[in-house]
Amino acid sequence: MKRFLTRRRGRYRMDWMDWLSWGYLVVGLLLMLGPVLWLVLSSFKTETALAEYPPRLLPLSAVTATVEGHDAPLPLFDITGGEHAGRQLAEIRRIGLEAQMVDPAAPGETISISIDDRTPAREFKLATENYTSLFSRFNFMLYFWNSVFITVVATILTVLVNSMAAFALSKYRFRGRTTVFLLIIATLMIPPTINLVPIFIVVSELGLVNSPWAVIWPAIATPTGVFLLRQYMLSIPDDLLDAARMDHASEWRVYWKIVMPLSAPALAVLVIFSMMWRWNDFLWPLIVLNRSDEFTLQLALNSFQGELQTSWSNLLAMTVLTLLPITIVFAFLQKYITTGIAQTGVK
Amino acid sequence: MSGIVRRAAASLYAFTFNLFERPMLAAQRAVGMRRVAWLFLLPNLVAFALFTFLPIGLNFVYALTGSDAILLADRPFVGTANFASLLDCASYLDPNSCRRDIFWRAVHNTGWFVLLQVGFMVALALVTALILNRDIPLRGFFRGVFFYPVLLSPVVVALIWKWVLQRYGVLNAGLEEIGAEPVNWLVRADWAFFWVVFVSIWAHMGFYVLILLAGLQAIPAHVYEAAEMDGTSKWRVFSRITMPLLMPTMVVVLVLSLIRAVQAFDEIYVLTGGGPGSATMLVLQYIYETGFASQPRLFGLAAAASILMAVVLFVLTLGQLWLTRSRAEGDSR
Amino acid sequence: MTNTRLTLGVALGAMVAASAASGAELRFSCYQDGVECDVWAEQLKQFEEENPDITVAVEVVPYQSILESLPVNLASGDGPDLARVTDFGGLAEYMLNVRDYVEDPESIEDRFGASLDWARVGGNAEDGIYVVVDQLTATGPFVNKTLFDQAGVEMPGEGATWEEWAEASRQVAEATQSPYAMAMDRSGHRFMGPAISYGAEIFQEDGAPITVDDGFRAFAEQFVAWHEDGTMAMDVWAGAGGATYQDAAQEFINGSLVFYLSGSWQIARFGRDIGDAFDWVAVPSPCGEVGCTGIPGGAGIVGFNHTEHPEEVGKLLEFIARDDVQAAVMAATKNIPASRTLQEEGIDYANASDQERAALEVFSSAVIDFSPVAYAFQGYANNRAIMNSTVERLTQAIVGEVALDAALERIDQDVAEAVEAAE
Repeated sequence: MKRFLTRRRGRYRMDWMDWLSWGYLVVGLLLMLGPVLWLVLSSFKTETALAEYPPRLLPLSAVTATVEGHDAPLPLFDITGGEHAGRQLAEIRRIGLEAQMVDPAAPGETISISIDDRTPAREFKLATENYTSLFSRFNFMLYFWNSVFITVVATILTVLVNSMAAFALSKYRFRGRTTVFLLIIATLMIPPTINLVPIFIVVSELGLVNSPWAVIWPAIATPTGVFLLRQYMLSIPDDLLDAARMDHASEWRVYWKIVMPLSAPALAVLVIFSMMWRWNDFLWPLIVLNRSDEFTLQLALNSFQGELQTSWSNLLAMTVLTLLPITIVFAFLQKYITTGIAQTGVK
Repeated sequence: MSGIVRRAAASLYAFTFNLFERPMLAAQRAVGMRRVAWLFLLPNLVAFALFTFLPIGLNFVYALTGSDAILLADRPFVGTANFASLLDCASYLDPNSCRRDIFWRAVHNTGWFVLLQVGFMVALALVTALILNRDIPLRGFFRGVFFYPVLLSPVVVALIWKWVLQRYGVLNAGLEEIGAEPVNWLVRADWAFFWVVFVSIWAHMGFYVLILLAGLQAIPAHVYEAAEMDGTSKWRVFSRITMPLLMPTMVVVLVLSLIRAVQAFDEIYVLTGGGPGSATMLVLQYIYETGFASQPRLFGLAAAASILMAVVLFVLTLGQLWLTRSRAEGDSR
Repeated sequence: MTNTRLTLGVALGAMVAASAASGAELRFSCYQDGVECDVWAEQLKQFEEENPDITVAVEVVPYQSILESLPVNLASGDGPDLARVTDFGGLAEYMLNVRDYVEDPESIEDRFGASLDWARVGGNAEDGIYVVVDQLTATGPFVNKTLFDQAGVEMPGEGATWEEWAEASRQVAEATQSPYAMAMDRSGHRFMGPAISYGAEIFQEDGAPITVDDGFRAFAEQFVAWHEDGTMAMDVWAGAGGATYQDAAQEFINGSLVFYLSGSWQIARFGRDIGDAFDWVAVPSPCGEVGCTGIPGGAGIVGFNHTEHPEEVGKLLEFIARDDVQAAVMAATKNIPASRTLQEEGIDYANASDQERAALEVFSSAVIDFSPVAYAFQGYANNRAIMNSTVERLTQAIVGEVALDAALERIDQDVAEAVEAAE
């Protein structure tokens, strides 16, 4: 292991700079992934285990026993002090500093124990019901579907509309070309977020409020996309296009069959961006989608953190499920995404 | 499996082509070859006109009208009253002396936020990029680790940290374990502001690490080799070779992060809601709350505030253009 | 309203998957504190059986969306046909008068007379029927009795002052190591009860609002002081920004809170979530200098005037107002009825526990003795502006961002501006 870590392609031995670098990276690893892992671990805890303070690392849950005369299973406790020390009793209810307990073997007699004299008996158990109840209680699939629909449709339209515009701006000479290009680039400066009120008016006049299209239409024409694709398409030689035109191909065919396939790397970057943007969109959907059956995952998450303070267990599970798709995509396409972003320098 | 997906994608691709071919051909004949470019531009321009240019124009109209009516026809013209009320201050340094004290608190908060967030984030991103640029094992893995939070949605980011920072959260448990006093992180104004900056750096730093890393890797190896042969000290190599060559990338990173910090909103809104009080209220949240979440809904005031913000962004972007231009000239020299 | 609309729709309209509204489908946006919407969804099945040509789609939405998004939608001519709302003054201009669409307006007038007035504000007709209140509420405190018993502290009786309750709660919290002695929902509505008890008048003699007077100031000072000395749970008011609503129900349910000022709508939730974990009781509102009042309030179902089916909305509201329907809903949701006949008969809360029944009793009798100022406040069209500003500004004072005096000054300023903008 040490040899592996200290390996430096046959150059010097580890110097203090390397140790420092490693220290930095390990601290960074803990800081970057620690909170996420803590969230994932916590999402498998039961509501009672979540309320526990100080929290435990692993999802442990109380052992319960069914006791005669009580409908619901009762939690078991190990008694640590007092006259009943050493026994394992089931708790009926807690009243402030006292707990009423019963021996599962002798259910007739109620014993009063000070709460300081008992610790819950535990076992390792993943509270998968946090996840399963999402599907039964909270219509998780609906929110998931809304998010997927918006992400996929908006991405397809974004790629289509922006690549058409980029094609026109890079492969034709016409009057007004520079003006149009500058106009589009100028909007890079004005983030849609500061035009919230008037965009909302437009969307509402179009009758789109509370429909996924209210999120999709305003998002499809992105200056970033046009810019990115145009720069890439400029590098495609015009000879290829002219050859096709000789064969009487329509301009649409030239665009679709020649330019698009050749722009695949730039298109891929735009696809990744667009999916990231739409999947994570928050402020705009917050304004235009206010019926719970139109909520995206992000909105559902936000509204539940207000509504269901009761239920951190469900909220945590839902958070995990929301970050899961993007995590999986990232795990598989890490190299593609990171190099794509590094090259284009946009987000 | 992947074969099926590929075939499905291919046939979808072909289907789309066929779907548009005839109408596009007809349209091409109708407008003629000279204007065919506009045909391709049309969808984009319509979308831009509707959702970008028109709203920008409307924004000015809203900023110049008053009342809480949403429809323009019902809104009385008030001239620059909205701007005047936003700028009505005895001293711009003391929000309490302003007519719109919350707006000015938001401006102050945003100023501090931008300063601290951008400063610390760019410095940390540089350090991280320099380390990841070294010849160490697992480089790709660590690059991924630092980048991962960039992909998370603001709501998820905020909830992750809310869960860590809450009064009975894991951080306080850790503090009590080592005998320190627990702190109600998001209820104490100064701490809440600290965490807002921290979480924002956590969520966005990876993106700038990647850009800086690309900039570092673009520095030709022979430059370093020459320095190594001369026996130049590491610090000198860094300050005399690496930094100057990295400067153009640094400028891009600085400007990009500056513009985005001015617009920060989402994760902070979910994490603190602008609280406690208005300790973490930033300008964009002020616009959102004034226009959409307050009673009465002062659209005009929100529009005016957003125009003021647009002016600031405009200046920042001009700064970027100016800096990148001088950089391009530097390259050609 | 429609002719002022821009005609932007042409280009995209055709491409939009418009949800073509079928004959008479009514969209009903409903928020719930407990199970109200579920109960209504169940009850409305009977309505659909009786009126086979009408379907009602109950959409459960967060309360925040009723407060923030619904008014914007209505202002731009969108929104549901009906909604369950609490801000009657703010939404008055969008409400549909169903007097002409119901068969027996006199019966509704007779039974719901008092609460009908809440929506007869602004430009609304004096005899209009706009709202059917399905939840009459009263603000008031809940106390964790078990904690009092353990601490061996006597619970202050009827007529006890706010200071006495604060002192007692502090002692109990200390003795039982409970983290919070007192808490109040982050809501101006809750704040107004004690403020009026301390002497706040809210209206001048000519009816114009005067939010900050000596009484209001006195309780505001007390309230901020209680946050400073730790009596009040800091997390509730300081834990959010703006005028965002936040409750402390979870802390009370967990048994970590001794005294909790909220309101009657919590009863069902407490009954369900606390179970027999500890004994909790509702107590009469503590007293200030001039009184011991809470604030009445309520949620009601209203139709909106942009609906394409006003007759069907009328039919639905008449169904909702029926005494047999109301009785069933009140019993299931454990709420106080707004119908006079049902108030006289009393509701058989068959499924309620003893604790729930006792609490309902306390609130039902308390609501009768509330101060006239409290009733006037509830019926005031701009009351939400007062409440929102109170929350936002007092929080600033609590966290020490501004001095209390400056915060109070800002409240007056905010309210004046809101009143002006609403005119």
